[in-house]
Amino acid sequence: MNQKLHIDRTHLINQLKQMLRIRRFEEKCTQLYAEEKIRGFLHLYIGEEAIAVGVMSVLKPEDQIVATYREHGHALARGLSMGSILAEMFGRTNGCSRGRGGSMHLFDKQMNFYGGNAIVAGGLPLAAGLAMANKKQHRDAVTVCFFGEGAVAEGEFHEAMNLAVLWKLPVLFVCENNGYAMGTALSLSESETNIAKKASGYGMASSQVDGMNVVDVESATSTALDLIKTTSQPYFLECKTYRFRGHSSFDGQLYREKEEIRQWEEKGPVIRLQNWLKENNHFNEEDLDELESEIKAEIEAAIEFAEGGAWEDTADLCKDVYSPTQQGEPG
Amino acid sequence: MNAQTLTYREALRAGIEQALEDDERVFLMGEDVGRYGGCYAVSKGLFDYYGEQRIIDTPLCESGFVGVGIGAALGGLRPIVEVMTVNFSLLAMDQIVNSAATLRHMSGGQFNIPVVIRMACGAGRQLAAQHSHSWENFYAHIPGLKVLSPATHTDARHMLGQALEDPDPVIIFEHVMLLNENGEVSESPEADMESALVRRQGDDVTLITYGGCLHKALTAANKLAELNISAEVVDLRCLRPLDTDTFLGSVEKTHRAIIIDEGWKTCGLAGEISAIIMEQGFWFLDAPVKRLCTAEVPIPYPSHLEQAALPQVKQIVEMAQAIMEGR
Amino acid sequence: MDRESGHKGLQVKPEGLVTEIVEDIVMPSLGADMTEGILVEWLVKCGDPVKRGDIIAVIETQKGAIDMEVYHTGVISEILHQPIVTLPVGTVMARVKLTEHSDRSKVTQLDSVAVTQVETRTPLASPVVRKVAMEQKLDLTAVRGSGPQGAILLRDLPETTEEMRASTQASKQSSGATKKMRGAIASAMTKSKNEIPHFYQSLDIELGNAQEWLKKTNEYRSPDQHILLLALLLKAAAKALTKYPDLNGFYENNQFVHAEEIHIGNVISLRQGGLVVPAIHHVDKLSVDETMQAIRDISARGRNGHLRSSELTDATITITNMGERGTDTVFAVIYPPQVAIIGFGKIREKLQLVEGDLVNCDVMSVCLSADHRVIDGMLGAKFLNALSKQLQKPELL
Repeated sequence: MNQKLHIDRTHLINQLKQMLRIRRFEEKCTQLYAEEKIRGFLHLYIGEEAIAVGVMSVLKPEDQIVATYREHGHALARGLSMGSILAEMFGRTNGCSRGRGGSMHLFDKQMNFYGGNAIVAGGLPLAAGLAMANKKQHRDAVTVCFFGEGAVAEGEFHEAMNLAVLWKLPVLFVCENNGYAMGTALSLSESETNIAKKASGYGMASSQVDGMNVVDVESATSTALDLIKTTSQPYFLECKTYRFRGHSSFDGQLYREKEEIRQWEEKGPVIRLQNWLKENNHFNEEDLDELESEIKAEIEAAIEFAEGGAWEDTADLCKDVYSPTQQGEPG
Repeated sequence: MNAQTLTYREALRAGIEQALEDDERVFLMGEDVGRYGGCYAVSKGLFDYYGEQRIIDTPLCESGFVGVGIGAALGGLRPIVEVMTVNFSLLAMDQIVNSAATLRHMSGGQFNIPVVIRMACGAGRQLAAQHSHSWENFYAHIPGLKVLSPATHTDARHMLGQALEDPDPVIIFEHVMLLNENGEVSESPEADMESALVRRQGDDVTLITYGGCLHKALTAANKLAELNISAEVVDLRCLRPLDTDTFLGSVEKTHRAIIIDEGWKTCGLAGEISAIIMEQGFWFLDAPVKRLCTAEVPIPYPSHLEQAALPQVKQIVEMAQAIMEGR
Repeated sequence: MDRESGHKGLQVKPEGLVTEIVEDIVMPSLGADMTEGILVEWLVKCGDPVKRGDIIAVIETQKGAIDMEVYHTGVISEILHQPIVTLPVGTVMARVKLTEHSDRSKVTQLDSVAVTQVETRTPLASPVVRKVAMEQKLDLTAVRGSGPQGAILLRDLPETTEEMRASTQASKQSSGATKKMRGAIASAMTKSKNEIPHFYQSLDIELGNAQEWLKKTNEYRSPDQHILLLALLLKAAAKALTKYPDLNGFYENNQFVHAEEIHIGNVISLRQGGLVVPAIHHVDKLSVDETMQAIRDISARGRNGHLRSSELTDATITITNMGERGTDTVFAVIYPPQVAIIGFGKIREKLQLVEGDLVNCDVMSVCLSADHRVIDGMLGAKFLNALSKQLQKPELL
C-alpha cells in the first residue's frame, strides 16, 4: 500500500457509499429501462464498482478520463451529478451531454470527463492524444483510460500501447478484465490471457490487481500515478473483476453458468467492504440504513431532475454537428 | 510580395511552414514526415528546422496516430496529421468517423476537434490498386467533417491555414499528379475555404469538378471554345459542406451540367451533385446532367489502362459536344 | 400553284400489271428568300403511312424550326438524307409511294391509329422548357422537339419565349435569331421593291354598319368569343376576291398564275421585332365565326412560333392591319410572289354628306398595293369598291 494513502474509517465508508451509489443507481436504471424511460443500450457496471471508485478517488480535478460505453460508474465516481447522468439517459437537454449521447456517451467538460466511447478500444488512441497535449503543454495531468479486456484484441489497443511508450505519454491504462467480451470468454479470444504481460511486451510498466477490492485498486492507482509522474511513462493496470449482470440489458447469458455468477457475487466489492467494516466494528446496520436512505433520496431527486428536463426542439436537430462559426453553422 | 511561382508541393510546404510559425500549438505528424522528408517530399527539410517535437515521425499505425492527433486536438493542440495516401486512411477511418466527426455532437457541443488531416489521393503515377484512389466521397459523406480539395497552387498554399483556424476536423486531399506542377501562388487566399469558385466563365455548359480534374476541365473548356461551345468551369474546392449556390447559379445560367469526378461513379460525389441539381436546379435544365467518372475498376497498373480508367479531356469535350447537340 | 417543286415519277413494275405512283419529297421553299434548310429530324421512317398534311420532318430555317408537311397520302418508301444536314431547296429528301387511289380504307385505318398515338403522348420537354411553358402558358403539344427522343429543348421554343425567359443568357441567342429574321425580311422586301412595279390605290370605307353589327353581335358574348373587325375585313376581302380573282395568285416565271383557293396572309408583328405572315386558309369558305377562330389560333401560334410550313408559304394574298395603333393609311409592300397586299388603316372620324346632311362617320382608309405587271388601276378600283360594298352589309358576310 502506498504510503501517501490514508485509509481510515471515514474514507472507507465513503468508498462504500460511492460503490453503493453506483449499485443502487444502476439497479434503478434497470427498472427505468423496463418502464421505457431509458432506451438504447444499457450496459451495467454492477460488480465492477470498486475499480471506478478506487481509481477516481486518487485523481485530481485536472486529470482526464476516457471511458467506455459501460461508464455510469466512472461518471458517478468522478463526480458528475446523478441527475445529469440520468437526464442524459432519458435523452433530455439537462443531461450531461445535452441528451445527444445517451447511456453510452456521458461527457462533462468541467469534470474533464471525455466520454464514454462505444467503439471497443476506440478511446485508447484518444487518451494517448490527450496525454500528448498535456505533455506538450506542460500540464501536470494524467489521462486515465478505462477499457475492458475485449479491447485487447483490437489493433487500436496495440497501436496505442506502442505510441504511449514510444512517446512517453502520461497515460494510465486501466483494463477492467471482467472475463467476457460480450459473451466470449477471454480464453476463447486471446492466445495470451495475461493481459498485463501484453503491456510488458511494449515495455510498459504494469501490474495486476484484485478489481473487487476497492482498497487494492486505490492503492495500485496511487502507485501507478506516482510512477507515471516520476518516469514520464505510461502505466498499465489490469483489474480482475466480474460483471454480475449481462453485457447489456438484453442478454440471456447463455455463455456462463449461474453458479459462476453466484461465486463471484459472494466476493463482490460492496459486500466485501461492508462485511469487513462490520467485522471490525467500524460500521453497523444503522449506518448502512443511513447510507441507503441517503442514496435513495439522491436517486429520487435524480429521477425528478431527469423527468423535469426538456426535450430538445427538433428544429435544433442538426445543432452541434459543427462549431458555430462566423459564417454560421454549415448546412 | 505579389504572386510567386511554386510547385504544388512547395506551396503545400509553405502552408505548413506558415502554420508552424504562426501557432506554437501546431505540429505535423505522420509516417515518414520527418527524417525521410515525407513520402511525397512535401515536408522535406522541416524536420531539420523545427525538430522532432514539431515534426513527428509516427510508426505505421494509421488508426493509432490519427487517433492521437484527434486526442491532441481535444486536448488543445492544433495537429496536422498526414496520412500517406487515402488508401491507408481506411485504417484510420474508425478514428476519423467514430471519434473526430462525432465527439462534438455526442458531447452536446462541449468538445470540439480542431484537427487537420492531410492525405494524398488520385491516380496517374502507375501506383496500382492500393495507392491511387479518390475517396473524397467517403469523407464527404460524414456530418461533422469538412473536406477540402485544393486544386490550385494558391489553395494548396492557403487552405491549410484556413483549415487550422476551423474549430472542427478538416480533411485535405492533395492530388499526387499536381505535386510537381508549377503554378502561381497569390499572397492571400482566393476565398474562404468553404466556397466554390468559378475558374472560367462560360455560357453553354457548366463543368463541375474538383482536385485533380480541374486542369482537365479547364483544358477541355479551351478546346470547346474552339468549337464555339462556351464552357463554365466550377471548382468545388470544399466537398463538405458543398457550396451548392455556386454550381446551381452556374447551371441556372448555362442550363447544362457535366460533373467530372475522379472517384467512381456509383454512390459517388458526382451522383450527389447531380442529385442536388435535380432537387434544387431541375427547372434550370435543358439537358440531362452528365457524369464523367473513373471506370468501375480498381486502378490498374499499366499506364494505358490507368489512363483509360480516368476521366480525360477528350471525353469531357465529347460529352460537352453531345450535350450541346442534344444527343 | 403547286408549291412543291418535286416531280412525279411513274414506275412500271416488271410484271407490267400494277402501276405505282411515287412522289418526291423535297426540301420546301418556305419563303422567297429561303435557299436552303437544315433537316433536323425525321418524324417518320420508311414504311410509315402518311396522310396529306402530316408533319413528317423538322427543318431549321432562318425563321427557326418549322414543321414540314407532306403533301401526299401514301407510304414513305425511301429516306434519302439523314439529319442533321443542310439541303438546298428542292433537294429530294425522301419519297412517298401514293396509296390514295389504291386502298383508301386501309390507309384511313392506319391513320386513325397514328393520330390516337400522337394525341395521347405528352410531349417530352426539358425542365427549363416546361418552366417557360408554364410561366408563359405555352402549349407544348404544338412544339416539335429536336432533342433526344424528340424532347423539346430551349432551342425549339420560339424567339418570343426565348427572349422573355428569365435567364440573361437567352438574349444572346435570341438576338442572333432576330438578326436572322431581320435578314430574311430584308431580302424579301428588297426583292419585292426591286422587281415588282407597285402602284397604290386608296379608298375611305365607311364602317358604321360594320361596327353597329359587331356591337350587336358581341353584346351577349364573352370577351373571348367576341368577333373583331379584322374578321369582317378578311371575310369582305375574300368575297371581293372571288369577284376579282386576278388579285389572288402568284407571279412567277414571268407569268401570273391564278390561285384556286383564297388563303389570306396576315402580318403579325413579333414582340421582339420582326414579322411572320401566316395564312388563313379558304377564308371564302369560312363563316365569320370560323374566320375569327382562325385569326385567334394563328395569332397565338404565330407569336409562339408554332406555325405549320404551309401556313407560312401558301398565302395567295396578304393583308396588313395595325388596328388602333396603326396609321391613317398603309402603303404596304407586296410579299412575292403574290401580286397584291391590302393595307388597312386605323378607324378615324370623318364628316360626310349623307342625303344632304353633314354626318360624322367612322371610316377606314383601305389601300391596295398591286403588281402592275398583272393588275391595272381599274381592276384595283373595282376591287376596293367591292370590298366597301361588302362591309356595308356585314350580316351577309
